[in-house]
Amino acid sequence: MAKRSAPGPLEYLRRWQMQAWLAAVAIFLYAPLIALMAFSFNDSRRNIVWKGFTLKYYDKAFHDTSLIEAFSNSLTIAAISTVISVALGAMVALALWRFRFPGKTVLDGALALPIVVPEICMGVAMLVFFARVMPWPQGMVWPLNLGAIIISHVSFSFPFVAVVVRARMTSFNREMEEAARDLGAGEWRTIMDVILPHMAPSLVAGALLAFTLSLDDFVITFFTAGPDTVTFPVKVYSMVRFSVTPEVNAASTILIVLTVILTAAALKLQGNTAATAGHGGDGK
Amino acid sequence: MTNQPIITFENVTKRFGKMVAVDNVSLSVEEGEFFSLLGPSGCGKTTLLRMLAGFETPTEGRILIDGQDISNVPPNKRPVNMVFQSYAVFPHMSVADNVAYGLKVDRTPAAEIKRRVEEALELVQLGGLGDRKPDQLSGGQRQRVALARALIKRPRVLLLDEPLSALDAKLREQMRTELCTLQEKVGITFIMVTHDQDEALALASRCAVMNRGVLKQVATPSDLYEFPNSRFVADFIGSVNLFEGVLAVDEPSHAVIRSPDLPIDIFLDHGVTGPRGGTVWAAIRPEKIELHKKVEGGEPPNLGDAPKGTNAVAGIIRHEAYLGGSSVYEVEIAGGRRVKVHRSNLTRWDQEDFKLGETVWLCWHACSPAVLLS
Repeated sequence: MAKRSAPGPLEYLRRWQMQAWLAAVAIFLYAPLIALMAFSFNDSRRNIVWKGFTLKYYDKAFHDTSLIEAFSNSLTIAAISTVISVALGAMVALALWRFRFPGKTVLDGALALPIVVPEICMGVAMLVFFARVMPWPQGMVWPLNLGAIIISHVSFSFPFVAVVVRARMTSFNREMEEAARDLGAGEWRTIMDVILPHMAPSLVAGALLAFTLSLDDFVITFFTAGPDTVTFPVKVYSMVRFSVTPEVNAASTILIVLTVILTAAALKLQGNTAATAGHGGDGK
Repeated sequence: MTNQPIITFENVTKRFGKMVAVDNVSLSVEEGEFFSLLGPSGCGKTTLLRMLAGFETPTEGRILIDGQDISNVPPNKRPVNMVFQSYAVFPHMSVADNVAYGLKVDRTPAAEIKRRVEEALELVQLGGLGDRKPDQLSGGQRQRVALARALIKRPRVLLLDEPLSALDAKLREQMRTELCTLQEKVGITFIMVTHDQDEALALASRCAVMNRGVLKQVATPSDLYEFPNSRFVADFIGSVNLFEGVLAVDEPSHAVIRSPDLPIDIFLDHGVTGPRGGTVWAAIRPEKIELHKKVEGGEPPNLGDAPKGTNAVAGIIRHEAYLGGSSVYEVEIAGGRRVKVHRSNLTRWDQEDFKLGETVWLCWHACSPAVLLS
């Protein structure tokens, strides 16, 4: 065998520096996650040294009613706030893309505000808002008692949806809309048949963003949650304050697996629609 | 009813803010015509087409289709369909679904849709490609889909917005012929917007030339070329040598134009009825000028229909462009003015007859120059 040729000028992946760098990135990204998952199977209360394999902490987590409640609260909040965020974000994006109106630049700028404002400030703002300006009625039935959290989650996640949808719409060929109108479609039909199919991948991506943002939000939720409306991240935080038990590891592992599955499903879905709806202005 | 034009623009003006896109245009198109709106970009031709389709509303004036004022009819209710410049084929639908779209919106029975889609696809020679997705088609095929999609609704008028601009040269030529045959076959009135004068001349039965929102001339292609009514039209359609001058003689039987750019008079075998002594322009097409070798001490050539000493001038060849079928010469005449001359390469050695720097005679028939008053 001849000696392998030296790496070409653009073959960065064949240089050892690059390979080392990639390895480091992979370790720092994934080693903590893997450790967390591995120790959820550790047969030890202390969670420091490996004592043997067990599933008992999963069993324990599933029977911890307060943990289950926090978990279902989180999922409910994420689901509802995602639906509202996608609807709201898509409409704002459409308005900004489609129309010219007074105050458009202001709205455009204001839209980015929840994205750039530090979360802690948003949290305090929400706290003040729900304490002084518009108190959310106490003691309502589930899931209405989550209203304050849902509203605050919508307020920080719909701008992300709007940004994603708007970016997608810039590749929309306006002649497409005109073609539908020309062929006899009314305004509503045009939106359903032409604009929405083009928008679809961004709606999926936006929903995914909104869902994960809501699911793992701690800071803002911490300020708006009441004693009977604990979410999963808040619950984990309170459990960790005493000690990191394998039970927390088990619950976290379940959450990680769940989000990975959801993301994979969404990406698959998006890949399918993107393959067909991915060509906005062709032939120009 | 038989003589009623299918489309009438009545004093139509369109302003975008302060910009006047279409300026008081009145125009009518007859049933069955292949009508072309021609002009440089930004001349208002596309705006005129979009007003017809219903995407813009006239600021002033009326647009009639079959005698009905359609100014307030939304685009989806108008009996016209459009082929867009980008084709605007729906990427998420198959070819057949694209073509069927207009009928589906109209709630046509499924069996009829199926039959008509097949017909339409056959018509544009896309038979059997109904299941393809648009991204599996070439640019030319996508255009055929757009054509079939618009024609399937059997519109009164088919609008085409720069239909050939996105195709490569060979395909463009092929599509030209096909558009013509297609129009004869379906018998629908076509209105085409184009900035390409060759395209307009080759396809249209009648052309409207526009510039800066103003309609300059409406005529058949040959009339536009041979009898332009203004310098703009003469220059925009094909290439032309323009000589500014005055009418020295203007009799019913002949006229003479004296131009400071030419050392000789331009003799015309017809009267002009222009302003005696006023400024006029003589437009001579490059292919209507003959090149003759100049022999030392020889007489200027005379084509027999103009008095001696007119319509023939000596010059030096300064530039030559060999185009295959013909050659274009730039000949400098006394006074420094350069004149363009086209010469067909009738035999294999034609282009070698005239060399750079050679002195030649330019001459033309008395019927060749067109006299322009504006």
